[in-house]
Amino acid sequence: MSPQETPSPRRKGWLGAFAIHAVLLLGVAFALYPVLWVASLAFSGSATPEPRVIPWPSEPTLRHLQEVVGATADDGGETVWIFGRQLLNSLVVATATALVGVLIAIPTAYALARFNFLGKRTGMGVLLATQMFPAVASAIPLYLILEASGLLNTRTGLVLCYASTAVPFAIFQLRAAFEAIPVDLEEAAMVDGATRLGAFVRVVLPIARPAIAVTSLFAFMSAYNEFILAATLLDDSKMFTLPVMLQRFVGEYDARWEAFAAGALVVSLPVMGLFYVAQRHLVEGLASGGVKG
Amino acid sequence: MSNLARWVLRLAPLLWALWLPSRAHAGAASERIRLWHAWRGEEEAVLTELLTSWDGTPVEVLAVPYDALSSKLGSAIPFGEGPDVFVDSHERLGEYQRRELVAPVGDAFEPGVFVAEAEAAVTIDGQTLAVPLSLKSLALYVNDDLVQRVPADLEGIAALQGALPAGVVALAYEANNAYAHAALLHACGGRMLAPDDGFGLVGPEAEASLEVVLSLLASGAVPSEADGALVTNLFRSGKAAFAMSGPWLAADLPTSLRYHVETLPVLARTGTRLQPLLTVESAMLSPNGADKPEVRRFARWLASATAARRRAERARGVTARNDVPSDDPIVRAFLEQAGLAVPMSTSTAMRATWEPANKALRKILRGDAPVAEALAEAEHRFALVMRAPPAPRSPTLLLLALGGFALMGAVLLGQRARTAGFRDQVRRSIPAWLWLVHAVVAVGALVVLPLVVGAATSLFAGPPGDVHYVGSANFVDILTARGGPLFASGSFWLTLVITVVWTVVNVALHVGLGLVFGLLLARPVLRMRAMYRVLLIIPWAVPNYVTALAWKGMFHRQFGAVTGATMALGDWLGIAIEPISWFSRFSTAFTANVATNAWLGFPFMMVVTVAALGSVPKDVLEAAEVDGASRRQRFLYVTLPMIGPSLIPAIMLGAIWTFNMFNVVFLVSGGDPDGTTDILVSEAYRWAFTRDAQYGYAAAYAVLIFVLLSGITRGLDRIGARAKAKAAV
Repeated sequence: MSPQETPSPRRKGWLGAFAIHAVLLLGVAFALYPVLWVASLAFSGSATPEPRVIPWPSEPTLRHLQEVVGATADDGGETVWIFGRQLLNSLVVATATALVGVLIAIPTAYALARFNFLGKRTGMGVLLATQMFPAVASAIPLYLILEASGLLNTRTGLVLCYASTAVPFAIFQLRAAFEAIPVDLEEAAMVDGATRLGAFVRVVLPIARPAIAVTSLFAFMSAYNEFILAATLLDDSKMFTLPVMLQRFVGEYDARWEAFAAGALVVSLPVMGLFYVAQRHLVEGLASGGVKG
Repeated sequence: MSNLARWVLRLAPLLWALWLPSRAHAGAASERIRLWHAWRGEEEAVLTELLTSWDGTPVEVLAVPYDALSSKLGSAIPFGEGPDVFVDSHERLGEYQRRELVAPVGDAFEPGVFVAEAEAAVTIDGQTLAVPLSLKSLALYVNDDLVQRVPADLEGIAALQGALPAGVVALAYEANNAYAHAALLHACGGRMLAPDDGFGLVGPEAEASLEVVLSLLASGAVPSEADGALVTNLFRSGKAAFAMSGPWLAADLPTSLRYHVETLPVLARTGTRLQPLLTVESAMLSPNGADKPEVRRFARWLASATAARRRAERARGVTARNDVPSDDPIVRAFLEQAGLAVPMSTSTAMRATWEPANKALRKILRGDAPVAEALAEAEHRFALVMRAPPAPRSPTLLLLALGGFALMGAVLLGQRARTAGFRDQVRRSIPAWLWLVHAVVAVGALVVLPLVVGAATSLFAGPPGDVHYVGSANFVDILTARGGPLFASGSFWLTLVITVVWTVVNVALHVGLGLVFGLLLARPVLRMRAMYRVLLIIPWAVPNYVTALAWKGMFHRQFGAVTGATMALGDWLGIAIEPISWFSRFSTAFTANVATNAWLGFPFMMVVTVAALGSVPKDVLEAAEVDGASRRQRFLYVTLPMIGPSLIPAIMLGAIWTFNMFNVVFLVSGGDPDGTTDILVSEAYRWAFTRDAQYGYAAAYAVLIFVLLSGITRGLDRIGARAKAKAAV
């Protein structure tokens, strides 16, 4: 009991705490159940799938996991560990998207937060408008642009596509974060002789670090999780990202749910780990201006 | 600074790694033969094995999911990309020919060695457009432990139902799938495609065939809502005496099961045999590939007797050659069935038949609509997809308008340039421009340009390769529901209503759950706060297509957790609850979508709430408390108004995301039942990728979505501004 709480009878406080934990535990059960269910399916060895409520594997096995992770492919006579390649593709593409997106967005967002200039309003309007146009319509033109620049079926091409959604979002996020930082700090540094760039790098960037981390995480996740564009633009299994690989397990005519579940587990782990590391910053990053669309 | 520099140095090798392999790849592609296929399991294994004995140019293989193959071909080959050779079903040839995705195969076709049906199937207007590989059709699987004597007709098979052990069905097949239903339709004298390329599943023959299925379902001889996986499961586990399925079923059956395959039975009431559709799986050549002698040699080799023999031995492939006899009884049964089957039409209209036919079948078999009415609706849908593109219009008006706008812009700009402060403004803007010139270039090329081109597509129509300007015809078509009733099933207006309901329900759930958990997590005293926060955030961390597919699995009728829960509840209460088929009813399918989306979206709102609560000054709350405000009053009159302004932008963003949440709708319900749970984005996707590549039509949907969203955000923005003003007071 904290001293600030209303001085209520001890029993009532105990009941209240119990209710709070009950609600939270219910929420946790809701959040965890599908994950556990997928995990139990991934480790199930029984031949005929049966409905089950308790997420525990029947006839536990590592077979599906081994099949997915150990997948190999023949590449002109030599055997390559295709799963490893695809995991690397996913990580490289997502990391590069986050880097490209955030590097382009940082100076832009700063300029939008601090300067007044010709075309600012128009630019912001255009940027906001792009967020509302569904990607279905721009997929074909994007394909043509990549084709023209010889980047079709390359990771670079995919990164450029993903950057096209990551950049506007990162600009909005970071602009809000920069706006939340008091101007006085930079002005003080500039009075002490720092240039605008120097003040930005030495004063503003360190303060904005949580917001930059969270923005990078979002850019990383959006690229790591995307599959429709990847499925359209890539046509070499050595270039595939993991979602495209997973898609094969749940085709319309032939679904292999156990293998999908095993793959889903492996695919989700890296991003869940990253999320765990970044979640401390999440509140901070969103609080410092956060999601002002 | 040094910190940043170190990071850049550390990441430089990564960027290199990104560039180098892609370059190496671009160089190597031309020296290889590229082969795309949709084979799985044994068939894929045979191909891999066969390729080790191919002595020519190395082959680069790509396995594409069957449902994605045709749209992938369509988006690659016209641009000179994609495969040299691909394996696909012959019935797509007509469409591929029209879209110039295939070219005549020339000397890849070995004359005189293929069975007549196969040769006819790959020939259009005297041109041979593919090399036949194998024949696929349905046939009758018989469980020899359950059946001693095979009845002569379908009615006889159904009559066995009473004599079979409990829990065993007489005949397992995909009754609500038009491909399987075609066998019955043929026995009733109908055709899937009328002679003049009209919709075939309509009229007295179609109605008669459906009456047969309805009576089979009513007697319990055929399982309702069976998909391919259920048919496999039932027959494999001895819970079906007969199964109507293709050669692929044999691959999934254990050796311990005693069964044989024979041709489909006769339908006694018409005296005609059930004739399945025949598909000739063939190797096709893209125009690029057909030019290369080595590629043609490869295609010829793929269809060679040696390759055919391996496919027959290992994967039970029914070869299209007449010089490779097989002594496998199953292969021979399928070969015999192929001779009694109806080759699928190569007409472009064939592909447009499936979607409406399947929808109608499901509707009728569920008992949702009378037979004739549902079939008439299907015919109407078919007509919409097949309708001729709007007539070309002169673009003069558009060009005039564009010219006018450009002129007006130039005049305005010129006027502004002449005002006094302009030069000064430009000079003062230059330092700021330097900060973002790179972003303007990048966003311009990657975001704005594709969007503008995409939006402009909405003014065009016609099949790919023959596109013409049609003015606003696409928009007029969509907004007038193509001349039908405005709120007819599948119309823009009905879909819009669904989309709005979808968005409102989801955002309300996100905000509700987010507020509850956010408020609880932000309490000053809470044990295990860190643990709760990490666990509650998990749904946000899971990739959303994984989430969507996982939830689809949980709602699965045979093995889903939700099904398990309802059955366990039934056991506990001592009543038998039939497993609910979640995606056969609008209310349950919509609920499944909402449950999925609520799960994946609430953590975002929760974190936003926690962040916003962090900025509520404690002294204000304390002051309210001292003034005697109750907990509810403090929340309603102090907390909520203070966090409101930071919640509004998040709600706006959430609304935009939900409005365009393609993944959940597409992957969970897939629009089922009957396209009723489709939202605008998934409808646009269907027009672009599954309905005859009507990009212009899809783009018009996208433009309309854009207009709607701009309106909504404007509105929310105003509410936000008002809330802010209120909070400031």
